[in-house]
Amino acid sequence: MRLLVNKIAIALSSLTAILGLIFLGWILITLILKGSTALSPYIFTHDLVNNGIRNLLWGQFVLAGLASAIGIPVGLLAGIYLQEYGNHTRYADFIRDLSDVMMSAPSIVIGTFIYAIIVIPVGHTNGWAGIAALFVMMLPIVVRTTDDMLSLVPTELREAGIAIGAPKYHVIFHIILKAAKVGIMTGLILAFARIVGETAPLLYTSGSTIYMETSLSQTFPSMTVSIYNLATMPDEKLVALAWAAALILTIAVLALNLIGRFLIKDRRL
Amino acid sequence: MKNKMEINHFSFTYKGAKAPSLNNITLPVQTHKVTSIIGPSGCGKSTLLRSMNRIHDLYPGNTYEGEILLLDKDGNQQNILDIKKENEFIHLRQKVGMVFQKPTPFPMSIFDNIAYGLKLTGLKNKHKLYDYVEKSLRDVALWEEVKNRLYDDARGLSGGQQQRLCIARVIALKPEVILFDEPTSALDPLSTLAIEEMIFELKQNYTITIVTHNMQQASRISDYTAFMYLGDLIEFDHTETIFIRPKEKQTEDYITGKFG
Ligand SMILES: Nc1ncnc2c1ncn2[C@@H]1O[C@H](COP(=O)(O)OP(=O)(O)OP(=O)(O)O)[C@@H](O)[C@H]1O
Ligand SMILES: [Mg+2]
Repeated sequence: MRLLVNKIAIALSSLTAILGLIFLGWILITLILKGSTALSPYIFTHDLVNNGIRNLLWGQFVLAGLASAIGIPVGLLAGIYLQEYGNHTRYADFIRDLSDVMMSAPSIVIGTFIYAIIVIPVGHTNGWAGIAALFVMMLPIVVRTTDDMLSLVPTELREAGIAIGAPKYHVIFHIILKAAKVGIMTGLILAFARIVGETAPLLYTSGSTIYMETSLSQTFPSMTVSIYNLATMPDEKLVALAWAAALILTIAVLALNLIGRFLIKDRRL
Repeated sequence: MKNKMEINHFSFTYKGAKAPSLNNITLPVQTHKVTSIIGPSGCGKSTLLRSMNRIHDLYPGNTYEGEILLLDKDGNQQNILDIKKENEFIHLRQKVGMVFQKPTPFPMSIFDNIAYGLKLTGLKNKHKLYDYVEKSLRDVALWEEVKNRLYDDARGLSGGQQQRLCIARVIALKPEVILFDEPTSALDPLSTLAIEEMIFELKQNYTITIVTHNMQQASRISDYTAFMYLGDLIEFDHTETIFIRPKEKQTEDYITGKFG
């Protein structure tokens, strides 16, 4: 009887795993088939207004890049605080719980929130609002990875640093962070990969535009939002362009994830 | 001559613990001698050792009373339990170094593992740094093994080599006292022997206190031995006396293997 249950369990789980793989493969193949028709050097050198995606690539990476430029240092410091200074205090536990809640908040909720506090007062969508939304998404991820990775560093290493007369902050920044470096780097790459492919937080915040834009106080080009917009256009050329953009974004996110996984594997060696 | 360190009526209670882990301990630590602390697991050996450089203070909330005196170069005794300022702590730990049970190489090169503490004391001159690193590595008999890979990651060394590196790291700071907490319990017999020989050499220049579970080790390398049991110091004497004609029944039972 137990054998039978076991066999059924194995069969069911293999089946679902295969189903998952089939869908993933299906998505990738569709992306490649439909995306490659519009793929050409031309689209990288022209903006959307001229049927290219240059401004979209620029916009997407500027938004995600600047959100990371603020989110990474803030999140790192908060994670360091949680593990190295506030550990075992109620305040730290509260911040940890809060981060977990923020991490599981639907991204559209974050987008709507930023819309309410930034876009409405300003009067129109703008780059800063997009950055703010991505920052809010990224922060809890960075905080928790830093916190978790630091918790894996053995206590003895901290004590050994203190025992040769190093001040605590020095031990943290020169010994403990180095020991946790690979894990934290991995977490940061995965956090970036996470936000660079987001649509919902940008939909009402940065918006998107067909023109090149360098001022963050204006509506800012976003690849994901434009893919969403283009996909519903009647013009088949534009739909093909959306597929190409989706393919490029997918490859970028996959590459970032692979780098991240690769680093994790390396650490366990 | 005054003792290098004197522990007087020292009691220690961990944060949140109902009973103290150390009761009224009085123990002299003589200059340029090896003092070993033995006793069954949980009797408070590490707690006592960790009080001697106040590493406990990393974790707030522990309570203690009594005094732990440290003799400075001018012959004055300072009660290290009075220390409150960060820079005085740093000073204390540079004078009273510590080697842990598990080797704890820092995630940096072999060279930097030793240079790290030296740089903290303000030493910047490259040549001097190199000389100090070489000297400390020679003192722990590691120089020949690592001189060609000084800039490799220290975590690539064997366990025994890592432990000698950790000792070199402490010696480089020219401490006055070195505390060892079961420094060989994670090592193979050969590495253990190398470290024991080294401790024997080191006592010419340093005052040493070592916690060990290995009775032969205590009798081989130490001049004085303290036997502890359940947070009390049962007996303290010359190592020979402790091992050949202990005064207390409990000591005798422990060293003859009747319990522990
Ligand atoms: N951080 C702590 N908080 C509360 N109690 C502790 C803590 N560390 C140790 N103790 C308790 O204090 C007592 C003495 O512990 P200690 O580590 O000094 O023993 P030990 O003699 O070094 O033992 P071992 O030989 O196993 O290393 C034990 O009863 C232990 O449970
Ligand atoms: Mg111990």
